[in-house]
Amino acid sequence: MKMLSKILKKQITSTIIALLFGFLVAAIVLAIAGYNPGQAFGALFKGMLSKPKYISNVIIKATPIILTGLSVAFAFKTGLFNIGAEGQYVAGSIAAVLVGVKLNLPAVIQVPLVVLAGVLGGMVFGSVVGFLKAKFGIHEVITSIMLNWISLYLSNFIVSSQAYHLPNSTSTYPVNESSYTMILPKWKTSDAGMAALKPNKWLYEMMLKTDVNVGIVIAILMAVVIWVLLYRSNKGYELRAVGFNRDAAEFAGINVNRNIVQAMLIAGALSGLAGALSITGIAPHKISTLAAFENYGFNGLSVAMIAGSSPIGCVFAGLLFGGLLYGGQSVQQEVGAPTEIINIMIGTIVFFVALTKVVPALAERLEKRGVGHAQ
Amino acid sequence: MLSKFLLLIGITLMYSTPLVFGALGGVISERSGVVNIGIEGMMTMGAFTAAAVSYYTGNPWIGLLAAGGAGVAIALLHAIASVTFKADQNVSGIAINLIGPGFALFFCRLLFKNATTTPPVQTLPKLFGNNAFNGTPVENLNVDITVILGLIVTAIMWFYLYKTKWGLRIRSVGEHPAAADTLGINVSRTRFLCVLASGMLAGFGGASMTLAIISQFNPTAISGQGFIALAAVIFGKWTPFGAYGACLLFGLAQALTVVLGGSDSGINVPSQILAMLPYVLTIIVLILFVGRSVAPKEDGIPYEKGVR
Repeated sequence: MKMLSKILKKQITSTIIALLFGFLVAAIVLAIAGYNPGQAFGALFKGMLSKPKYISNVIIKATPIILTGLSVAFAFKTGLFNIGAEGQYVAGSIAAVLVGVKLNLPAVIQVPLVVLAGVLGGMVFGSVVGFLKAKFGIHEVITSIMLNWISLYLSNFIVSSQAYHLPNSTSTYPVNESSYTMILPKWKTSDAGMAALKPNKWLYEMMLKTDVNVGIVIAILMAVVIWVLLYRSNKGYELRAVGFNRDAAEFAGINVNRNIVQAMLIAGALSGLAGALSITGIAPHKISTLAAFENYGFNGLSVAMIAGSSPIGCVFAGLLFGGLLYGGQSVQQEVGAPTEIINIMIGTIVFFVALTKVVPALAERLEKRGVGHAQ
Repeated sequence: MLSKFLLLIGITLMYSTPLVFGALGGVISERSGVVNIGIEGMMTMGAFTAAAVSYYTGNPWIGLLAAGGAGVAIALLHAIASVTFKADQNVSGIAINLIGPGFALFFCRLLFKNATTTPPVQTLPKLFGNNAFNGTPVENLNVDITVILGLIVTAIMWFYLYKTKWGLRIRSVGEHPAAADTLGINVSRTRFLCVLASGMLAGFGGASMTLAIISQFNPTAISGQGFIALAAVIFGKWTPFGAYGACLLFGLAQALTVVLGGSDSGINVPSQILAMLPYVLTIIVLILFVGRSVAPKEDGIPYEKGVR
């Protein structure tokens, strides 16, 4: 009994239960719609893991949503609901393009500058939200939603502006090659590179068929940095105190308003970083006219929720989410079932994550009842 | 000039209506103490159901009712999670936003030969009949019937919330559930029903997009209206007419971009900057006039009996 309640209290147990339910519900929906669930899931996992190219693409797909997930999770820990990750992501990609197209310096300087510009872009959008909340008490959800749309139209404005518009296209010029963050982009397509990679089939396929880039390393690094910041630093203690109980934090002498602005600044920076790394690391290295949101930020919300707002958990949740999104395309190709089954599945997982939060509480009750009986 | 002005009013009312229904859904849910981030997903479900049912039955009114039903069905999930299981309401709302569009597009592809859009469907009638005043400036005031329905529902909700005992109960459950519980009000049941009502209204909101404005369902039929409605709830300080006003403001700003964006307007502003206007305007209005918005006290907090 004790063993059971101990297992039930672990967060990972709740997450696994939620995952199982996600697949179960998806299977039921598929079966009702007349598809073979086994076949569909087979196609899903094959499209995710069966080739080195696929695995690489899953990681590439996961990188931005790990970062936006971190952004949401971090804000959540400080008591803020960052529904604006989407806009901050777009702002980051805009800023990266603005700098990356106009500047053409050696890569050692160019890459940090372009990425930093993206981080700043996200920061600006994030800090507006924090500032308006701290100064005027305006709910962060409203300003975030408004800024999401502002970023979308700003992005379209940049695309259509004379200075950046690539003639006869719906996009801007790509950023200069010196801003690329792929791993050895030149070398791998050169004769020497191809010859060196050839013996290793895995590496050959991964490197040459996908945009392998340093983004994932940075994303994981950021997850660790955010974890340290939140749980191993004074600042993190302050931020979490404000999130946990504003009044108590104020009473303890913590400057609540300053912490709100700083929290949104960091959250915005993370989403902006995601946007910048997408520009520098993945083809086509430019922004195109957006008819609707691309959902990098909104998917970050789901990632953060599946991860239970744990920074390290975001890495795994992001990889899972990225895998489902990427593998989901094969479901349509191979089984013919609409890819939207993936959205239903992810939605169900998130839904059961919400539900299974009550599992630890149930376990507690179970334990107490056990003690009562013993006495 | 007059015709331009009337056009502006007409477009304002047209754009604001789906928002009005969505925002009213948000008001009723949040007044009872349940945050509903899932309005967007509920609206998408409603938008698709309305179009599909109207297409198959040829009767848009049945489509409208079905949309309300679809909204209730998906709101049931939110109610079970956030009221029965006392789960995190934000998380459950995000789930709804994934599940709603997921289901809508999934079934759209199933029913309409793998297409993500429905064929054009029978729409709801205009206020004064479909062809009244054609060719005159007054034509612009011959708005969709949903515009009037939105206003009526707003008035009903205001009356219900502020002039009836049931409304008082809903508000007390949102402000101080423990006190309400002591007086014998069933907190869980009240919240549960309010969330379902929220889903129904959001479903109508989706329907008023596909059955009146664009006359078909497509993947971008509902793209962000649910979130704008959410903002309108907060902007309108959680009151029916406040939210209605906020939606009108969004509608007006959108209409301005359409009217000013026309080539003959003589105003030379890039269309993207004009499109940004509503959102910038909202933030400015919030800073200048509205200020601190105070949510119902227990909004978003699950009620645990006996916990202080």
